[in-house]
Amino acid sequence: MSDALLQTSGLCKSFGALTVADNIEFRLEPGARHALIGPNGAGKTTFVNMLTGQLPPSAGRIEFAGEDVTRLGQAARVKRGLGRTFQINTLFGALSVLDNVALGVAERRGVGGRAWRAAGSHREVRDESLELLASLGLADDAASRTVDLPYGKQRLVEIALALGLRPKVLLLDEPAAGVPSTESQRVLDVLGRLPAGVAILIIEHDMELVFRFAQRITVLVRGQILCEGAPREIAADARVREVYLGDAHG
Amino acid sequence: MPLARGPAIGYGGSARLHPAELLPWAFAIAVYFLAPSYLPLGAYVLIIILFALSLDLILGYGGIVTLGHAAYFGFGAYVAGVFAVRVHGDPLLGLAVAAAASAAFGAATGAVVLRTRALALLMLTLALVSIVFEVANKWTEVTGGADGLNSVPVGQLLGAFRFDLFGKTAFLYCLAVLAAGWWLVRSLVHSPFGASLVGARENEARMHAIGAPVYARQLCAYTLAAALAGVAGALLTQTTQFVGLSVVSFELSGEILVMLVLGGVGRIYGAFVGPLVFIVARDYLAKQSPEYWVLGIGVLLILIVMFARGGILGLADGIAARWRRSRP
Ligand SMILES: Nc1ncnc2c1ncn2[C@@H]1O[C@H](COP(=O)(O)OP(=O)(O)OP(=O)(O)O)[C@@H](O)[C@H]1O
Ligand SMILES: [Mg+2]
Repeated sequence: MSDALLQTSGLCKSFGALTVADNIEFRLEPGARHALIGPNGAGKTTFVNMLTGQLPPSAGRIEFAGEDVTRLGQAARVKRGLGRTFQINTLFGALSVLDNVALGVAERRGVGGRAWRAAGSHREVRDESLELLASLGLADDAASRTVDLPYGKQRLVEIALALGLRPKVLLLDEPAAGVPSTESQRVLDVLGRLPAGVAILIIEHDMELVFRFAQRITVLVRGQILCEGAPREIAADARVREVYLGDAHG
Repeated sequence: MPLARGPAIGYGGSARLHPAELLPWAFAIAVYFLAPSYLPLGAYVLIIILFALSLDLILGYGGIVTLGHAAYFGFGAYVAGVFAVRVHGDPLLGLAVAAAASAAFGAATGAVVLRTRALALLMLTLALVSIVFEVANKWTEVTGGADGLNSVPVGQLLGAFRFDLFGKTAFLYCLAVLAAGWWLVRSLVHSPFGASLVGARENEARMHAIGAPVYARQLCAYTLAAALAGVAGALLTQTTQFVGLSVVSFELSGEILVMLVLGGVGRIYGAFVGPLVFIVARDYLAKQSPEYWVLGIGVLLILIVMFARGGILGLADGIAARWRRSRP
């Protein structure tokens, strides 16, 4: 057995003739700050969707904390400590910011299905949710309808929802995507303050952010891992410059 | 205002009873004492309110748009009728049997229906109504076929209250059962369970991503809604001492949806206002001019869908909000 927290072997995914994941061998160590980069359409989001169980892989195997979770449903993986955020806001738009976070906190605490007492009387859920929101600078927005928030704050709610699950592994799919640069600093601050014990895999296009945040980088191109290494190695890699930077900025 | 919007739902709100939520009950009691000639119609309205309320649970809160809810109403109506004819005439026992049978039927069919979404779900639920209809139609020796079951025996309520000719007992019976159903739905909707139903309605993908067992929760809600619809159907059988094919018609499935949309979806009290307005208007207008009644309902629906998505209560909300804003 390896000591990787999350590990894939021979992971493949095809949509018809299009191969989006081609024999991916990937390891995420405990407490990692790991970035997954690659040009648009490389298959990064698809990879995350397979890790969480939203998409079944065509072939291959996913292990979480030494356990084969390839056939497990999403809820079961969340229970084991796998949390994620979405590239495109996937929030409960009509609900308050507090309710967004509280829904997740309640599930984690195992009271999400309680049917008799009013939700509002579950103080422990509300207090924990408010505390979490306050730590993200969203205390004043708790009662607001989520869709009414500016986009930058919605991105923070996106992260708050995942943090409410107290995951062991956090998969962040472009957390700062679409956030105006004036507001993106707050997202960066939040990322910097994430608990050290949580292993983080971040997908990000902003290279400045990636090189500031990540201790390890994997480059994915057309469903294949092109290379993996420390930031300095990746920055110096000629193939990465050619394929990735050429694609993104050319 | 809480009457119109339903009390705050979720972890930030309180589920304390607002005085306005007592209005429907005060109104019903006023009808009982002041307008005794309306009691039979009133009992019917109460039954349909319970039916609409059960639909609101899965449609308004669960976001499950079904066209087949009459299947459970009709199922409960027939179970109550057959049980009374063949086994026992005690109304409460019949009600309990109808509730249990409808719940079982709801769980079995819901397990299949809820695997699908959108158009497929609509088609499946439509098919469900037509299957129940055909069974009721063809299984003559049990259901009475096209003639239905006449003179269904109904014993005394609690062994003490006879169902009288004026419909007094029937009205109070329906009112009490509705109150119980209302309290159940209201409690559920305000609970974490209810919040998670709304979460799945708002964003199913995220519900999965936070680890909620969406399918199981929806199936629970669906089963309970089927049981409540079955209870409503059973009430109709018991209070009219008759059950016929009209309780499992496409028409009823559509009408209950129209009534709920008319009153306002996902706010509990829309299920009270919609059927009341719809049935009273139909009772009045259908006598005047039956053909214009149908036309009128069509026009009304178009207006609601185009200009008042929240139904009558949504409209009332909007007006109240504007009024508050215009005050200095
Ligand atoms: N459900 C699907 N059905 C068919 N094709 C899909 C599906 N999901 C993704 N794809 C395709 O798979 C490829 C990889 O998509 P994916 O979203 O994983 O890329 P990505 O690396 O996240 O890109 P981006 O940087 O733009 O987010 C794309 O060509 C996309 O069009
Ligand atoms: Mg992506």
